[in-house]
Amino acid sequence: MLSEFLQFLFAGVTSGSIYALAALGFAIIFNASGVINFAQGEFIMLGGMVSVALAAAGLPLPFAVVASVLVSVVVGIGVEKGAIEPARRAETVTLIIITIGASILIQGLAQVIFGKGQHALQPFSGDTPILVGGASLLPQSLWVLGVSAIVVAALWGFFNRTLAGKAMLAVSYNRLGAQLVGIEPRRVWLVAFGLSGGLGAVAGALSAPITMTSYDAGLMLGLKGFVAATLGGLGNGLGAVVGGLLLGVAEAMTAGYVSSAYKDAVPFVLILLVLVFLPRGLLGARSADRV
Amino acid sequence: MADLLHVDGLDAAYGRIRALEGVSLRVPDGALVALIGANGAGKTTLLRTVSGVQPAAGGRVRFAGNDITRWSSQQRVKAGLAQVPEGRQVFGPLSIEDNLRLGGWLRTEAERTAGLERVWALFPVLAEKRALPAGTLSGGQQQMLAIGRALLSKPRLLLLDEPSMGLSPKLAAEVLATVRALRDDGISVLLVEQNAAAALALADHAYVLEAGRIVLEGPGAQLRADPQVQAAYLGL
Ligand SMILES: Nc1ncnc2c1ncn2[C@@H]1O[C@H](COP(=O)(O)OP(=O)(O)OP(=O)(O)O)[C@@H](O)[C@H]1O
Ligand SMILES: [Mg+2]
Repeated sequence: MLSEFLQFLFAGVTSGSIYALAALGFAIIFNASGVINFAQGEFIMLGGMVSVALAAAGLPLPFAVVASVLVSVVVGIGVEKGAIEPARRAETVTLIIITIGASILIQGLAQVIFGKGQHALQPFSGDTPILVGGASLLPQSLWVLGVSAIVVAALWGFFNRTLAGKAMLAVSYNRLGAQLVGIEPRRVWLVAFGLSGGLGAVAGALSAPITMTSYDAGLMLGLKGFVAATLGGLGNGLGAVVGGLLLGVAEAMTAGYVSSAYKDAVPFVLILLVLVFLPRGLLGARSADRV
Repeated sequence: MADLLHVDGLDAAYGRIRALEGVSLRVPDGALVALIGANGAGKTTLLRTVSGVQPAAGGRVRFAGNDITRWSSQQRVKAGLAQVPEGRQVFGPLSIEDNLRLGGWLRTEAERTAGLERVWALFPVLAEKRALPAGTLSGGQQQMLAIGRALLSKPRLLLLDEPSMGLSPKLAAEVLATVRALRDDGISVLLVEQNAAAALALADHAYVLEAGRIVLEGPGAQLRADPQVQAAYLGL
């Protein structure tokens, strides 16, 4: 009984951590620019697919993973420079549609470069399960939990303990005020897209050994990250983490106790509930004056 | 005295609406210059254009000997221009100390520390509340914070947009006394005010803006005695 519950909980917290990282990517860009970046899922896909491709080409796994994160950071910056920045004076809705276009473009290029197949990345440290309270835990899950925790802590430190992090927040709290002290919103947007690209790729590379990955994996993962971000209150960092974990655990429990056929319905049910009953998310959106 | 700021034939527009038409004014180094005008005259637009958060449609802005018309707002802050905007525009959820430190975003850590000390001395109430979110402050305290934040950038010229707006007469007088003290400290000031009587009493020189054009200028005391100004702005 308990072991079964633990088993589902492990699965839920693992995928929940991935959703949390994806949700943080949404939150950072939303805060900086008011844009909901629908290319976020593609950053996750790139983390997985670039790692797979480079590992297959013979690069040692750690290098392949780090390289995939760098590639995704560059793609994130490229999306901002190439697609968002030229239209920066346009309405937010226009910018959001531009990110959908960027997402389609990245996915198309990925299909051409990586092909259509499903790929699994080799686990970071073997696949001998560890037994905990009668439930088995994959070493890769520990990687997911550990790295996610470190990333979340690092982000928390950046936004709460450094002046650069606070300068990014300042742009979201009051754009004019920020400009008048010499903070350049354009720079902040660029950093936000680069950071979100990196975050997405970390999530993608961490999860690729567990879930498999393919050129179109970004759609579902991006959607779930968006749901998690909305659950917690769009733009709220803590909310993104809580929303991600909640979504992961709800999915795993539904799959375990009800039927795995309903698993993918969970995010949609949750988002409907949130939109109807808590339109500002569980922890309340930080910048209610946006959009 | 050399001119620190020289605005020359400045035009600005919001789409088809022309907000400024050929505005020229000067702020001599070390002076306190007032700009008065009715609602919608274009006072805020002028300050926004001087700060570089809004592009000029025509004309020039010179600051400390440089033509800054095409400079970014960041370059202007670095050069020593700071604006205390209409409505304060503080970072509500961030602490008072963080708001101030961000004012010194382009300065060194040592300069920020020195700037903080200066603001704590100028506004002791902010020092007491330094760890609280800026959004919890009263209107008058937020105005002090906005002034303090601008000071952290080590400005040579302070642009103040209606600092006494929404304050009680007593608080408004305090804020204006602070503005005079800053001028006495060597910071040049361009003060926009609807409270024309107070602004003219304070100013070395003043301009009157009407519907986007400068219609009158002169020493503060002279404008105060001008029958036109008395009728339109002083309610006499
Ligand atoms: N964002 C905007 N879009 C369109 N028109 C604007 C905008 N801001 C100001 N205006 C117009 O430009 C003119 C000048 O406005 P501005 O805010 O500079 O006046 P002001 O002198 O600061 O007025 P107030 O005393 O009310 O602050 C006004 O006619 C105003 O309606
Ligand atoms: Mg105004």
